[in-house]
Amino acid sequence: MIRPEDLLHPTPFGLYCPPMDAYIDPVRSVERAIVTHGHSDHARAGHLSVLATPETLAAMAIRYGEGFTRVRQPAAYGESVSVGETRLTLLPAGHVLGSAQVLVEHKGLRMICTGDYKRRPDPTCVPFEPVACHILISEATFALPVFRHPDPEVEIRRLLTSLAGFPERTHLVGAYAFGKAQRVIRLLRLAGYDEPIIVHGALEGLNELYERFDVTLGPLERVPDARLKRSEASSRPGRIVIAPPSAMRTRWADRFADPLLAFASGWMTIRQRARAAGVELALAISDHADWLELTQTVSEINPEELWITHGRDDALARWAELEGRRARPLRLIGYEEEHGE
Amino acid sequence: MQTFAELLDRLILTPSRQARVRILRAYLAATPDPDRGWALAAIAGGLKLPGLRPGLIRTLASTRLDPVLFSLSYDYVGDLAETVSLLWPARPGANRTPSLSEVVAGLQSAAPDERAQRLEIWLDSLSVSGRYALLKLSSGRLRIGASKRLALQAAAELGTHPIEEIEEIWHGLSPPYEDLFAWLEDRGQRPGEATPAGFRPVMLAHAAAPEFEPGRRLADTIDPEIYAAEWKWDGVRIQLVRERDVQRLYTRTGEDVTDAFPELMDEIGLTGRMDGELLIRGPDGEPAPFAEVQKRLGRRTISVREAARRPAFIRSYDLLDSDGQDLRLLPFRERRERLERLVPTLRPDRIDLSPLVGFSGAGELEALRRQPPQPAIEGLMLKRWDSPYMAGRPAGQWFKWKRDPCLIDAVMMYAQRGHGRRSGAFSDFTFGVWTSTPEGDRLTPVGKTYFGFTDEELVRLDRHVRETTVDRFGPVHSLATGPHQGLVLEVAFDAVQRSTRHRSGLAMRFPRIHRIRWDKPAGEADRLETLAAMIP
Repeated sequence: MIRPEDLLHPTPFGLYCPPMDAYIDPVRSVERAIVTHGHSDHARAGHLSVLATPETLAAMAIRYGEGFTRVRQPAAYGESVSVGETRLTLLPAGHVLGSAQVLVEHKGLRMICTGDYKRRPDPTCVPFEPVACHILISEATFALPVFRHPDPEVEIRRLLTSLAGFPERTHLVGAYAFGKAQRVIRLLRLAGYDEPIIVHGALEGLNELYERFDVTLGPLERVPDARLKRSEASSRPGRIVIAPPSAMRTRWADRFADPLLAFASGWMTIRQRARAAGVELALAISDHADWLELTQTVSEINPEELWITHGRDDALARWAELEGRRARPLRLIGYEEEHGE
Repeated sequence: MQTFAELLDRLILTPSRQARVRILRAYLAATPDPDRGWALAAIAGGLKLPGLRPGLIRTLASTRLDPVLFSLSYDYVGDLAETVSLLWPARPGANRTPSLSEVVAGLQSAAPDERAQRLEIWLDSLSVSGRYALLKLSSGRLRIGASKRLALQAAAELGTHPIEEIEEIWHGLSPPYEDLFAWLEDRGQRPGEATPAGFRPVMLAHAAAPEFEPGRRLADTIDPEIYAAEWKWDGVRIQLVRERDVQRLYTRTGEDVTDAFPELMDEIGLTGRMDGELLIRGPDGEPAPFAEVQKRLGRRTISVREAARRPAFIRSYDLLDSDGQDLRLLPFRERRERLERLVPTLRPDRIDLSPLVGFSGAGELEALRRQPPQPAIEGLMLKRWDSPYMAGRPAGQWFKWKRDPCLIDAVMMYAQRGHGRRSGAFSDFTFGVWTSTPEGDRLTPVGKTYFGFTDEELVRLDRHVRETTVDRFGPVHSLATGPHQGLVLEVAFDAVQRSTRHRSGLAMRFPRIHRIRWDKPAGEADRLETLAAMIP
């Protein structure tokens, strides 16, 4: 049997698969890339060919333009691609629309790279599918016992309670433009909120993408023009505005009535983090697995060996040690902690 | 307990002071006695509980979680109470949640060996934020960014009495303050006689540099007819009071430090209240550098020998009342005259007078500020001759005009994740300068700082640390450094002194990052000799 390291191993460019001569989520331009999902630190422009789900390819085209790669190789969930004796299959990861795990098989050896993933139900994407394998390569963004994300429904309820309590303030919700923003909108709809939601311009293309893949977001409204004279009507008191986190602390936010800053992110579990970000309403809504999801997923899949890519590898490795599991941190670099959250 | 927990959460996350006062006021108005009184005490720092040692809380946590995972979590979160509150495994169906008063009573009455058990039962029954509030409370310090003044302001807004009236009686009150609330809500008498020798809120100065009238440089606007100038002494601001045979010493926040400075409690002849700087007398009779004051401040009580080795004295600069007469509304000029008459009648080794600095024009004053005659001076104070003594930081009355800081280029050597607000990012930096060794030039660490950068810079610094880490020692990351490798920090500091406690033999006072020199090669950073030459 082939050694696992000969099927997938870490390099400065990302995880490399020699038999296919392809990199998973490469951080530099390469000839053949396999992209797990559309967040910018995983999906970069400039590779010669990109293998990904149709949703991820569409997201990349929106972010980087149609010319982001020479060759697009769409692979739907469960559809396999073979090169010689090596077979590759994308499986749902439950992180954002189109996000995938990568299953690589070669002569009976099965390795899965989870990519970014979560196990909580998410109305905007297909849920994570646990599949048996010999080597599980897991992310570890929130791999610390302090991260136990609350139910997203509870967090959305807190947002609506605050809105009812402070009707004179605009509720400005920071949410990552791809994935988190649409999930927050969808959760609001499921909680019965059917007012038009105001969205930042950076979200528009991605919102359309979700609609195209049958995720209904309900009535959305453009941000009022800053050049309009500030008035009661244009400053939108009592309304929900969704914007990428980077816009929240800029002049852009000044047009709203006494804005109350909220932030939807797994990092918001930590009070001091929320305080540092100047957030008044911390919504711990995460698109990554928390400590329990990570450890339970490893137990459930029960691989012979656990490899840990990026995030808090030390804690997950310690947990594995206590459980008597073989584990190995890969220390991949180039993936930013905060991205996608 | 749950409403108190929610209150703390909201206070922590609300940035505006005014909004925090409003939140606390609303809580005090809506919460019944005695819970609200205990909450007020906890926030204002008046709640004396037999504090649980952090060690006890850690031990308790380790019964539920592997110690290595605990340390990794604590290192990341940066706050013990928050760490334990987040990782404590909930037990569904545990006991009903306790009220704030029950927790306070329980902590007060528990025998030392029962405390851990009580805490454990409560932790099991509370939510994440409830556990956080409980642990903050039982550690004895809340540290939630709400000051005593903010707490009293919120209480004052329950009724029509100004905060100053509460401050004057505060020292005589005890939690849960039912008498105070009754008075504020017009249901009762003003509580307690004003305690003898209570604290009066102090008057603070605005930073002057570089301009204090818009568009005009400070140096162009100082007129000796309008402003008095004094040295700004680098000690601890204190208030010394003697009333009806009770003598007390307070810091500027009203903390009673009487017991830490017994030599100032001797009969010194004062009947009244003075404002001044607490300093330590050096062997030459002159004020010693701040480091000496700091050595004594940390202690609650002090041995006679230590007090004799580092004798404290007060350099007085204002008189708030004298022989029962309140002088605060008089102009500074008159208060100063009274002070000048009073000081020569007091014990000279315990109290002296902060001299006025004579000047004819601003240029002369600026030169003095740049080159103060003593190391224990950190700049100048400018006070309007006609200023009354007002609590707080009134506009346009007093100004502090500090000496320019010293600067040095150093190389970032180690980094650690921050605590509190900055937890999660690498924000505690140890920096070093070059020194000759038999093996050639090496960096030697000279200081540590977590000040002086913006949130944007913090993101970049954090990335620099993660990209250049070559080794880890527990939470400390060691960074790649060399003549062509490493990040140069321009560090500003107030002074540098000899120190036996630091490897470099030097200790810097209040170092902070002045600029980040992304452009400068590490090999061009300063040398230890340069820093040593800055010792006064």
